[in-house]
Amino acid sequence: MQPLSNRKKVLEQKPMNFMERIYFPAIIKGLSITLRHFFKKIPTIKYPEQQRPYSKNFRGQHSLKRDEEGRERCTACGLCALSCPAEAITMIAAERTKEEEHLYREEKYAAVYEINMLRCIFCGLCEEACPKEAIYLDGPHVTADYLRKDFIYGKDKLVEPKFDITKLNS
Amino acid sequence: MEWSFVIEKFALVTIVFVVTLVIAMYSTLAERKIAGFMQDRYGPDRAGIFGLLQPLCDGGKFFFKEEIIPAGAHKTLFIIGPTIAIITACISSAVIPWGQSLTIGDRVISLQVADVNVGILYMFGVVALGVYGIMLGGWASNNKFSLMGAIRAASQSISYEIAMGLSIIALLMVTQSLSLKEIVGQQSGFVNWNIWSQPLGFIIFMVCAFAECNRVPFDLPECETELVGGYHTEYSSMKLGLYMFSEYINMFVSSALMAALYFGGYNFPFMNDFGLSQNWITIIGVCIFFIKIFAFIFFFMWVRWTLPRFRYDQLMNLGWKMLIPLAIANIVLTGIITLIKDTYFS
Repeated sequence: MQPLSNRKKVLEQKPMNFMERIYFPAIIKGLSITLRHFFKKIPTIKYPEQQRPYSKNFRGQHSLKRDEEGRERCTACGLCALSCPAEAITMIAAERTKEEEHLYREEKYAAVYEINMLRCIFCGLCEEACPKEAIYLDGPHVTADYLRKDFIYGKDKLVEPKFDITKLNS
Repeated sequence: MEWSFVIEKFALVTIVFVVTLVIAMYSTLAERKIAGFMQDRYGPDRAGIFGLLQPLCDGGKFFFKEEIIPAGAHKTLFIIGPTIAIITACISSAVIPWGQSLTIGDRVISLQVADVNVGILYMFGVVALGVYGIMLGGWASNNKFSLMGAIRAASQSISYEIAMGLSIIALLMVTQSLSLKEIVGQQSGFVNWNIWSQPLGFIIFMVCAFAECNRVPFDLPECETELVGGYHTEYSSMKLGLYMFSEYINMFVSSALMAALYFGGYNFPFMNDFGLSQNWITIIGVCIFFIKIFAFIFFFMWVRWTLPRFRYDQLMNLGWKMLIPLAIANIVLTGIITLIKDTYFS
């Protein structure tokens, strides 16, 4: 049959010649290889003390963003949940009252916003779907936990902490 | 017998025992460190600086693990197995001359626990006993894998003891003595080392030492991949620890034996040319001896992380068809050379 590539090599089983049968040349060759590795630079990162920086387009834990006045951007339109291929996002929308205007930007907001981190595949489609620039996957790694229920992250974990925009600019 | 003699020997035995155990302990760390470096990573480095407390942690863990004796096992022999292994490993260091002699006041203290005039025979006897520990343990476990490991250990150490003995006979023809103290004493300086007159014998002896210690590439009695740990499959807790410990002690003792028999023991080049006092020569000699031993231990580990395991038929072929004929040829060659030397150059 015509070979598809030129990489195929037929191995012949020959009886060992004298140099191979006394093993020593091969053993010394192997020993020299391991000794060379003994003095090589070690690529291991000593993790807790040494940390490699994340890549720029690393997608980690989600955060729900606030606007310049510290109000939540999310309007609970549900596009992120719709775009999510893993169906990890659920939310319950609510209407903003008069007193809550300093908390939420639009008239509608997410009263409950949950992401199941076990389902999430960190594809970033929610980030792309969001029309309000309210969700970004810019957090750290999602950490390990003991119970499945603890992987359903609510707003307490997702909404980014309040910051002072005036301080941020200065 | 005077009391001071007893105290002196007791102190020496204690020191040798403690040093042996400490070296065996740190061999486990060294093994993992060396394995790490040879595989481009650090070994254990979390417990203490450079992981120096790791052996203590391992030892502590061994003590607190649950001790399991399988229901079908022969209880007495199951306990006797590791006991024999560790005892034979420990007593084999008795005849090794660690140094010349120290003079304190008007007492001359010889740095050898027992100067048996058939020291090498004693050594061989003890090493031959050592295999009983493995055999009994493997048999008493009532486990197929353990039994396989035990049988392999027995046949392997019997086969390689022959070649080892034959290589030693050639050495004895050169040294004319069975006492280890005398053999080491003859090799003063550098040119008198036995390695120069017995290179082939040394290689045979070393290969056999690897096999006797059940080290890679001859670790068939305990191969993890086929026999699930071999003779110590059923062992847990400190009994397993004793088996592992005895293996490392055996490695240490056979390194010491190789250094003493072929590499001049405590002798070092130009030892009598610096005009040092006897005590200083002894102390430096002990250090040199330990450096040689550590070099051999490193070599043991270096080989372990380089070579794969032999197949069982390859092991037997190597032992019976290559090493034994080679050892016999070495004896004949040594005899001829000695004869020529005595007839024409004396």
